[in-house]
Amino acid sequence: MEYLPNIIFAIALILGFGYFTKNVKKLVRNIKLGQDVDVSDNKSERFKNMARIALGQSKMVRRPVSGFLHVIVYLGFIIINIEVLEIIIDGLFGTHRIFSSIGPLYGVLIGVFEVLAVLVFVSVTIFWIRRNIIKIKRFWKSEMTSWPKNDGNFILYFEMVLMTLFLVMNATDVHFQAMNSGNVISQFIAPLFSGLPESTLHIIERGAWWLHILGILVFLNYLYFSKHLHILLAFPNTYYGKIKPKGQVNNLEAVTKEVKMMMDPNADPFAAPSEGEDEDVPAKFGASDVQDLNWVQLLSAYTCTECGRCTSACPANLTGKKLSPRKIMMDTRDRLEEVGKNIDANNGEFKDDGKQLLGDYITNEELWACTTCNACVEECPVSIDPLSIILEMRRYLVMEQSAAPTELNTMMTNIENNGAPWPYNQMDRLNWVKE
Amino acid sequence: MSELLKVPTMEEYMAQGKQPEILFWVGSAGSFDDRAKKITKAFVKILNKANVDFAVLGTEESCTGDIAKRAGNEFLFQMQAVTNIEILNAYEVKKIVTCDPHSFNCLKNEYPELGGQYEVVHHTQFIDDLIASGRLKVEGDLYNGKKITFHDPCYLGRANSEYDAPRNVLKHTKANIVEMKRHKRTALCCGAGGAQMFKEPEKGDMDVNVLRTEDALETKPNIIATGCPYCNTMMTDGVKAKEKESEVEVLDVAELIAKTLGL
Repeated sequence: MEYLPNIIFAIALILGFGYFTKNVKKLVRNIKLGQDVDVSDNKSERFKNMARIALGQSKMVRRPVSGFLHVIVYLGFIIINIEVLEIIIDGLFGTHRIFSSIGPLYGVLIGVFEVLAVLVFVSVTIFWIRRNIIKIKRFWKSEMTSWPKNDGNFILYFEMVLMTLFLVMNATDVHFQAMNSGNVISQFIAPLFSGLPESTLHIIERGAWWLHILGILVFLNYLYFSKHLHILLAFPNTYYGKIKPKGQVNNLEAVTKEVKMMMDPNADPFAAPSEGEDEDVPAKFGASDVQDLNWVQLLSAYTCTECGRCTSACPANLTGKKLSPRKIMMDTRDRLEEVGKNIDANNGEFKDDGKQLLGDYITNEELWACTTCNACVEECPVSIDPLSIILEMRRYLVMEQSAAPTELNTMMTNIENNGAPWPYNQMDRLNWVKE
Repeated sequence: MSELLKVPTMEEYMAQGKQPEILFWVGSAGSFDDRAKKITKAFVKILNKANVDFAVLGTEESCTGDIAKRAGNEFLFQMQAVTNIEILNAYEVKKIVTCDPHSFNCLKNEYPELGGQYEVVHHTQFIDDLIASGRLKVEGDLYNGKKITFHDPCYLGRANSEYDAPRNVLKHTKANIVEMKRHKRTALCCGAGGAQMFKEPEKGDMDVNVLRTEDALETKPNIIATGCPYCNTMMTDGVKAKEKESEVEVLDVAELIAKTLGL
């Protein structure tokens, strides 16, 4: 019986990490449904981007208020987690504050944690006020109802509760308060519990300790179902993010092959493919569903934390059009999850469900409203490129379905026939000199 | 005026067995659009004034295919690109200048993978270099005391991180340069990019160019400066929509320099 708490703790830990691992595997499997893309180049530049943008939060602070508060929560999250290590060791071995043996440094550490806990609590409260009282526009766009809206608040409540539990745990820890080192904040909370017998205090302290660690495990497993995955995926996403100039749209190799063939006067269009030449089915041009996108785009969909900075800078969205770059990312993730569940339900194989990203999630109207201005790409604090998805889907519409708006078809016919988007003769190109 | 313009073609250079310093890519808008043609001419006047040895492709030039690519028609884009590259490479072109940021971006970033490797500069960068190297001296008080606000073209600014060249050049007009709230990397699009220029906008509350014009008018400018023929059209229409055309002019950076020089 003596070891019962240790055993329960170990089981909780195994369940917590086990379920999380299971979901991470699913996440990786889903991301790998995307097309291959070569991102093995420029390793040092990619590392620098990750260090600067994810680790260094360089793009977060461009909006100073939310950026500053976010840095506090981010630092708090990383630093306070050192405490979790102690909790795990204590829980498994039945020790109490095992690290306190390191001497005065322990007090310094806990002191820092306590201050950070308060700062995180305050920051998260301000975040909540921005979302729910001030009602900052980007949190109230049409894609931010139901689950996405609740998700954002749940995360904030989680953090408030975890920080409170941490401070209560310290405040009711009689030994820790007696040490009088590091209890910089909790010494002011302790009086709230004065007058309670030591045994009751112990029960509260144990209760807070257990709820704190169980809360962390629950939060860890909440990630997969939430927009909050960014705390992990921001790192790979900024590493694999675009490093070419923002204006450069990728080249479609499959098209290059066909164009070269058409332009080559010696090519025999009826020739049978020579030995060894790939005889696979002609590539599908553009994307109509998530499997047509590349895996970095799918990783980005899971990375998006729905902050809406992209949408708040999008000229189409600002002028009341349906396009929202954030919704493009959310739709991609939702559809990818749907495809993933379909695969789970059908013994590892995707069964056509009559749905796709194009049409069932993202409409033509949204896609055609984009000005390709790169404002969304510029804004994203974690290097997501919603524009690349929009363009892939336009490619599908135009090259597979011939479904461009009529005026664009006219424009393209003009380019094809006379080398200009207007119906002018190429032979008149130099007329301006004489006019 | 026009008889003063010296616009040699690559064909003529070739016939003489010479190479110009730079190829001027005029672009479809610069060749055919009435408003954009004025920008083209202003830039040519500057090139002539600075004695720049340049040539154009003339009737051998064709659309870069940039608009087709952004509309999703990769086939048409690559057909255009491959055709243009064949001509550019045949003339052994090394350096290209253009007044259109869309052509600039396309030639600079998207042609190399299809076999077209050139040094490509935007005309504001080229003018900036001409002034910095002393080849062009800009003196004149036409805009002294006037207020100019510069609208960043997406494909020069965000797309290729060039924010300084047009501003450096504008300083030489002696005008007072004022910035809009949204400028440089946060600049709002004029609404023409991504093939929007050629279609009706989707349903919404307002047009993008009107919103952007409101940004510009907030600075109470005499002139809205642009660096892109499409931005120029959109901002001109925006100023008309706001009924400010009698107070605010929309001019390209090249036009402002040409006028300052009295060209």
